[in-house]
Amino acid sequence: MRKVQIPISDDVVRSLEVGDPITLSGVMVTARDAAHKWLMDTFITHKREPQGDDLEVYEALKKLLNGGVIYHCGPVVSQTETGEYRFVAAGPTTSIREEPYQGDIMRHFNVKGVIGKGGMGAKTLQACQEVPGLYLHAVGGAASWLAQTVKRVLGVYKLEFGAPEAFWVIEVEDFPVVVTMDAGGNSLHAEIEARSAKVLEDLLSEETS
Amino acid sequence: MEHLKEPLIELIRLAATNLPPDVEKSLRQALEREEPGSAAYGALETILKNVELSRRRSTPICQDTGTPIFYVYHPEGWSTRKLRQVIQEAVAEATRRSYLRPNSVDSLTDKNTGNNLGDDHFPTIHFEEVDGDTLTVDLMLKGGGCENVGAQYSLPARVGGGVPAGRDLEGVRRAVLDAVQKAQGQGCSPGILGVAIGGDRGSAYYASKEVLFRKMDEPNPDPQLAEMEERITEEANQLGIGPMGFGGNTTVLGTKITGLHRLPASYFVTISYMCWAYRRRRMIWKDGQVTYE
Repeated sequence: MRKVQIPISDDVVRSLEVGDPITLSGVMVTARDAAHKWLMDTFITHKREPQGDDLEVYEALKKLLNGGVIYHCGPVVSQTETGEYRFVAAGPTTSIREEPYQGDIMRHFNVKGVIGKGGMGAKTLQACQEVPGLYLHAVGGAASWLAQTVKRVLGVYKLEFGAPEAFWVIEVEDFPVVVTMDAGGNSLHAEIEARSAKVLEDLLSEETS
Repeated sequence: MEHLKEPLIELIRLAATNLPPDVEKSLRQALEREEPGSAAYGALETILKNVELSRRRSTPICQDTGTPIFYVYHPEGWSTRKLRQVIQEAVAEATRRSYLRPNSVDSLTDKNTGNNLGDDHFPTIHFEEVDGDTLTVDLMLKGGGCENVGAQYSLPARVGGGVPAGRDLEGVRRAVLDAVQKAQGQGCSPGILGVAIGGDRGSAYYASKEVLFRKMDEPNPDPQLAEMEERITEEANQLGIGPMGFGGNTTVLGTKITGLHRLPASYFVTISYMCWAYRRRRMIWKDGQVTYE
């Protein structure tokens, strides 16, 4: 299995195709529903004014996400007596909920990889071609297995969103994913959806015997 | 009721970290049906390794430990108010011990309570009085990804590319297959379908979850529904969505159907999609002794 280091270069992004299994090592940031909405509203569409530590978090995220990877994940995290965080269970969450935001966030921060499950739609696929970037599918529900690849929790932002919704900065080693949307505009999800729609049509045209 | 707290925490730990044997067996059979080296095969291999690891380390199988749904069957005279209280205490403690993720979010303020307690509906608790002196507590943990792809159809309806689904079992079949195709891999396939025919919008969703407590290899007592369960599973697998939506031979591990009486005017088909991480466990309390299934 090919090993890919984060940050990911454009050349590496372009060399990967739908169906390729890879492992990722380096620093990634978890972000899901509340985090995506907050990024979009505060820094991209400017629907709300930055407040509290917003600008400070933004500056930190800009560095982490440039060439970096967003992981759609709301982990189970435990804290040791000394206050250190540990990822106990950390599989992917369903990505399509971030479809309204993802493409714009990839462009704004130069995000090279988005990890999640279930795939994303046309807007994100378009951004994958432009940035360029990749959608990377982790195995949904494999939470204990994936948490093992998280070597250290480097920090957390916006914990007030709740533990599942916060930005967790994590260092991973050999985190396994499959490329399911690539910079060439290919999407395994679009392909499977079209194929299954055709089979459904045939199944529904058969009457019960 | 305080004496039930630790046994209930153990029930939660078991449900969150130890997949029932019948589900694991079904996943192993699914692995055998996939092509070695394919993405589908790889996904199932990872799933099975994760199941073993979670059991060994007592860590959640999936980080989305879902809505804890309790079905409590209690002897006559037990206080459901006190039972509710001890269940809530057990849920909060299990969250503190990292068996559960804090999942209860106030819908108006977006604040997560941090301990999995919310209003009277979080966790969900159903009570039923039974004969005898045994307390039975069934627990299901149902994650959000699969809950989001659940569906309810009011027949007659148009499904797929506009095919009519009428108010009969053929219409039911069409609606269920449509729901599976729409779900793609987003409910963490291969899934298990809980289907309720009839009822009202509320009772039907309740029944579509309750029917999921039937074991994987337990056939429907109604021969007509048993046949339909097999047919829907087989046809859903022809869709080729496969594990995680990667493409492959197993999209659905099984189908469980139940029928409810309905109003003459209504004909609902309700589908609860359960992800492969089909977390359900039972606690039996009798004469001060506790056993788990």
